[in-house]
Amino acid sequence: MSSSQTGDRRLGIVGAGRVGTTIARAAVAAGYDVAISGSGAADRIALIVEVLAPGARPATTNEVVRHADLIVLAVPMHRFRELPRDLFAGKILIDAMNYWEEIDGVDQELATAPAGTSVVVQERFPSARVVKSLNHITYYKFDESRLPHGASGRIAIAAAGDDRAAVAAVMQLIDRLGFDAVDAGPLEAGLALEPNGSVFGVSYSADDLSNLLRPTASSA
Amino acid sequence: MSTQELELGLDTFGYITVDESGRPLPPDVVIRNYVEEAVLADSVGIDSFNIGEHYRPDFMDSAAHVMLAAIAGRTKRIRLGTAVTVLSTQDPVRVYTNFATLDAVSNGRAQLVVGRGSLTESFPLFGFDLADYEELFEEKLDLFTRLLRDQPVTWSGRFRSPLVNQYVTPALPEGHLPTWVGVGGSPQSVVRAARYGLPLMLAVIGGPPGRFAPLVELYKRALEAYGHQPLPIGMHSHGYIARTDQEAVDIQYPYWEETFEKAALERGWARPTMARFQAERAGGSLYIGSPETVATKIAAMMRLLGLSRFDLAYATGRMPHKQRLATIELYGREVIPRVRELLADHPVPPISASYPSTGVTAQSGV
Repeated sequence: MSSSQTGDRRLGIVGAGRVGTTIARAAVAAGYDVAISGSGAADRIALIVEVLAPGARPATTNEVVRHADLIVLAVPMHRFRELPRDLFAGKILIDAMNYWEEIDGVDQELATAPAGTSVVVQERFPSARVVKSLNHITYYKFDESRLPHGASGRIAIAAAGDDRAAVAAVMQLIDRLGFDAVDAGPLEAGLALEPNGSVFGVSYSADDLSNLLRPTASSA
Repeated sequence: MSTQELELGLDTFGYITVDESGRPLPPDVVIRNYVEEAVLADSVGIDSFNIGEHYRPDFMDSAAHVMLAAIAGRTKRIRLGTAVTVLSTQDPVRVYTNFATLDAVSNGRAQLVVGRGSLTESFPLFGFDLADYEELFEEKLDLFTRLLRDQPVTWSGRFRSPLVNQYVTPALPEGHLPTWVGVGGSPQSVVRAARYGLPLMLAVIGGPPGRFAPLVELYKRALEAYGHQPLPIGMHSHGYIARTDQEAVDIQYPYWEETFEKAALERGWARPTMARFQAERAGGSLYIGSPETVATKIAAMMRLLGLSRFDLAYATGRMPHKQRLATIELYGREVIPRVRELLADHPVPPISASYPSTGVTAQSGV
């Protein structure tokens, strides 16, 4: 069992754009010690982090990876291949990216990925424990819709991955961030969480999300 | 803020519109209709008319400067601008010559919003690589601001031939061709606008506008960090005004649904629903209703975010010309004076108190 599923509240975020800073803000509010990186030196994002995610620490990508066992990858999808293949060795890597042809350009491998883009991400980072999550709700829901565990009206976020311990750790993170966690099954089930997938872009309760993800959802 | 400095404008993307029987009009008719709409906008006291830039079968805004020049010849007062010029895939020298000339023929009324663009069809069309998205915009904005501010220009970059001690005509009088940077929510884009000392235009097409407050704060802090004075901030959002809330909903919904259904198919977004439409009206980014409803919401958002400019992207989708004219008339004659009044005299009530609740919750999805 990963240490990130116990009392450890350290989170690394690679990508300091709209999504990365939003998740950083929610994680700080949930009591996480957050390190976040953009491209290049930490001081290039210092002001952005200070204003948008106060309490998080701007860092280089290497520092982010050293900081935590749980890493969120939130760079523009057309740039993930710029990161070294073994950068995330042994880490739980949350793929929060979405492939948008309109933003990322035509990328044949991503556009035609039969088992979803997270499988491509896993192939790119073979030593990482990839979990697809945090990508399918509108990003500002991380600010406006987080509620404490057990509160009524909570919305749900799904996690898909082949490494079941990694999925459990991500589900714990989701709960701590203020959302109900739904196990979507293996990594290729993440296809349903992508743009054009059956649950993308709409907020659901855990029950509704589980039902929509069936039959791929496991009964975990 | 002083109400004299407020700018309340209109934005259009030049949608192909339909006639009363629902048939699409020919492109040339559509383009002339937009010129007529701008002429009406001028006559009813709207501050600016701004045209987008797309290269798609359903949008006729591929050469905004030509339409704006035609409008300039028939109007006296209204400012003429873009929303947005995709600077990444244009030659900044050509943008400068087009718009400095527009400024001259319109007697100083030209303005620009420049951006990276959210739709990217112009990259393959003009032979640019989308992989250079960031670098293209940065380099072209650098050259464009030099042309605006420091002629003659000596400059070199990756994407076009260098300039040596180059004057580009016509010269602009001091302070002419105000150039805003359009952003969609990327913190890096906000910081870049501040770094260049250019005013900021937020494109807010969904969700609660209040979520942009941290970006406004980031922009102010970044201006300070780069040693610039405070600069204006504006916002662009979609809307439609009719005599009553219900009439506005009835007229706009089918065209909004059709437009966002298409976007959902192309871009993988959630599909549009009436519940989402109503949630966006109530607490989100649609300005749809009676003049009072829309004016109250615009004033509240301008106050909330500290905006001095608001551009209404009016009449989303293929809505007929006649209904577009009707909303322009109400915006100019009723909404704008009311917004000025609300911002000048009265405390603006919080949005939840002034706007009817629809009972729609987050579970409906926005």
